[in-house]
Amino acid sequence: MSTASPANDHAHDHDHDHDHDHGPPRGLTRWIFTTNHKDIGTLYLLFSLLMFFVGGTMALFIRAELFQPGLQVVNPQLFNELTTMHALVMIFGAVMPAFVGLANWLIPMMIGGPDMALPRMNNWSFWIMPFAFTLLLSTLFMPGGGPAGGWTLYPPLVLQTGQAFPFVILAIHMMGASSIMGAINIIATILNLRAPGMTLMKMPLFVWTWLITAYLLIAVMPVLAGAVTMLLTDKFFDTSFFNAGGGGDPVMFQHIFWFFGHPEVYIMILPAFGVISMIIPTFARKPLFGYASMVYATASIAFLSFIVWAHHMFTVGMPLAGELFFMYATMLIAVPTGVKVFNWISTMWRGAMTFETPMLFAIAFVILFTIGGFSGLMLAMAPADFQYQDTYFVVAHFHYVLVPGAVFSIMAAAYYWLPKWTGHMYDEKLGQWHFWLSTIGVNVLFFPQHFLGLAGMPRRIPDYALQFTEFNMLSTIGAFIFGFSQLLFAYNVIKTIRGGVKATDQVWEGAHGLEWTLSSPPPYHTFTVAPEVK
Amino acid sequence: MGISRFAKCSGTILASAFVWAWSTGAQAELGLNMPRGVTSVSREVYDLHMLIFWICVAIGVVVFGVMFWSIFHHRKSLGVVPAQFHESTFVEIVWTVIPMLILIGMAVPATKTLVKMYDARDAELTVKVTGYQWRWQYDYLDQEIKFFSVLSTPSAQIRNVATKGEHYLLEVDNPLVVPVGKKVRILTTAADVIHSWWVPELGWKKDAIPGFINESWTLIEQPGIYRGQCAELCGKDHGYMPIVVKAVPEAEFKEWLAQMKSKNQPTPQTVTNGSNPQIAAGGKTL
Repeated sequence: MSTASPANDHAHDHDHDHDHDHGPPRGLTRWIFTTNHKDIGTLYLLFSLLMFFVGGTMALFIRAELFQPGLQVVNPQLFNELTTMHALVMIFGAVMPAFVGLANWLIPMMIGGPDMALPRMNNWSFWIMPFAFTLLLSTLFMPGGGPAGGWTLYPPLVLQTGQAFPFVILAIHMMGASSIMGAINIIATILNLRAPGMTLMKMPLFVWTWLITAYLLIAVMPVLAGAVTMLLTDKFFDTSFFNAGGGGDPVMFQHIFWFFGHPEVYIMILPAFGVISMIIPTFARKPLFGYASMVYATASIAFLSFIVWAHHMFTVGMPLAGELFFMYATMLIAVPTGVKVFNWISTMWRGAMTFETPMLFAIAFVILFTIGGFSGLMLAMAPADFQYQDTYFVVAHFHYVLVPGAVFSIMAAAYYWLPKWTGHMYDEKLGQWHFWLSTIGVNVLFFPQHFLGLAGMPRRIPDYALQFTEFNMLSTIGAFIFGFSQLLFAYNVIKTIRGGVKATDQVWEGAHGLEWTLSSPPPYHTFTVAPEVK
Repeated sequence: MGISRFAKCSGTILASAFVWAWSTGAQAELGLNMPRGVTSVSREVYDLHMLIFWICVAIGVVVFGVMFWSIFHHRKSLGVVPAQFHESTFVEIVWTVIPMLILIGMAVPATKTLVKMYDARDAELTVKVTGYQWRWQYDYLDQEIKFFSVLSTPSAQIRNVATKGEHYLLEVDNPLVVPVGKKVRILTTAADVIHSWWVPELGWKKDAIPGFINESWTLIEQPGIYRGQCAELCGKDHGYMPIVVKAVPEAEFKEWLAQMKSKNQPTPQTVTNGSNPQIAAGGKTL
């Protein structure tokens, strides 16, 4: 399809090959100039895996410092830099690109489209990322160190950042631009490139959840860009957006940030809902229960995500009416989220289940995400939140929804579609080892943090009072089990890419959908002739 | 198969890890749960917390129970033929309506407690709390008593060259002293960055925001020493600005006031880091 473009397409130099069956060009230029959705999907996924290990290493330093009271491994300044960077790298570098990578690989194959609608922009949106993260990570070595005010960048604290400050802002702008372009591309693809007969209400749920997520991204990434730009002008151009001394308000930053930040939470979980809604029916050998209500629940969650932001700031001293509004609105999210969980369980009900690695991760997702949902409901109660706010209870909550939530869904997706992508079956035994070690590790890591938070341990502290010692030790042990078992995942993925038992086209007995009608691995260009969808 | 044996075995390890954690926790009087606290508000918050907790447990037992029943009985290896049903408007309405009713049941007590927590009228004593990097200043308005409260744990303990004391990181030179049985209004603000004043036994925390004053209140019922920490990341020494509240009987409090006044009279208060809390606190009230 790129051959339809103007003649100065440097990806193809002077070689205008109109034969669609050709393979990819060889060597490094294939990856740098590629406009192929499969190649770009692979790049996104591998980049995200790399960032997962970078962010994970930071987390292990944090947990090592917290193994016992006192300062042992890092100093408090570096500790704060590590917590800040860990969050930025994991959110913007690991989870979001992984879902964009899945979208790139899967959406065209699922809707019967030839590629993404805007292939050159696709290339650009990926290749911004390595530069953005090189810039972000380089700030750790700048005078004054990296950003240490938390990923939420609250002023006035964040304005105390050293020379790294403008570089961090620029890196965030670059990530935002990349996300917005990715989102535009996904919307354009889904709305324009569906095969005849693929009506909106026939689309696989992964496509639906991504369509809604992409709209969330377009709505809120510019809000983040605005917020960080105001920080920049406050720091360098004497504005006072967030400075009370000049008539501004530090709390206004929090309102703007969380207007971005709460939909951002759903940006990281809605595609996960999509993945799980694809995997459970396959391994239950039964159609998804309540397809339409899944779509409506996703849309409701997306809408509600715009009117609940201030539940992140119950303790800033909002008026009573504000607290009540945000408390009620937040509680409402439990309803559509509950519908999703009930639908997944009803899909399993009276199915004929098997428990290959993707299904194991999907089941663990449903259970552990629900536990994160329960603590979320507790956090929604404003008076109780006055106790929970900014403690390890919150840390436990959002890690439950992000790690055995979003990250487990990404792993489930990787195992589920890897045979399709590579043409080889992954090592099932190794996959099961990875699953059990991860699941045990993640619970030993995060479950005790609930107790720590309730007992009074604030988050983001490098050192703690003696009564918190035992649970911190346990948590650190879990962190190392979880962290190192991810090496099994990386090894399994690399092994599968390099070879293995040939996968069939359908791969899984119960799999349905257009991507399973293609060969494994699929040809470089697929659905150049639109398939017929009944 | 080896894997399922491993799964069972690791499940046992996980379960025993939690039991171990629970039992060591109980032995060392470790907190596993939110403290009930020493005020009527903190007890209401605790009750609310436990109410939601048990509701979540009940929902979890039902939902996960159904799920595990299905996992054990609806397996391909048992030779079951999968059903093909995929919707039921009736059950979908049921499981939308029931959660709504549960939520309303939770919202009512939450609203009541919140309204109570926001009613700071008729306080008998007002203390202004100002957060600094990295210490607290307590200003007894109308009493002309103002002092800083700084971490008193020796740095040797933090650097692991001395044995850590019982109240490691939760001890200060000058605690906040308040009378028991009196409603105390606490105004929080900050001089540099945002801090958050939190004593778990009082049942709440409130952010200390430069340029703004937040109002809270407490009425401590039992004399005692209650410890807390700054809860909002405020820079390098965020972990080292604890809060200690000493609640004393009325008579002892009066004595303490007199003592502080005589001590404070000759030397004017000096603010050592150059920030001026008066200006910082001069903005509008939230």
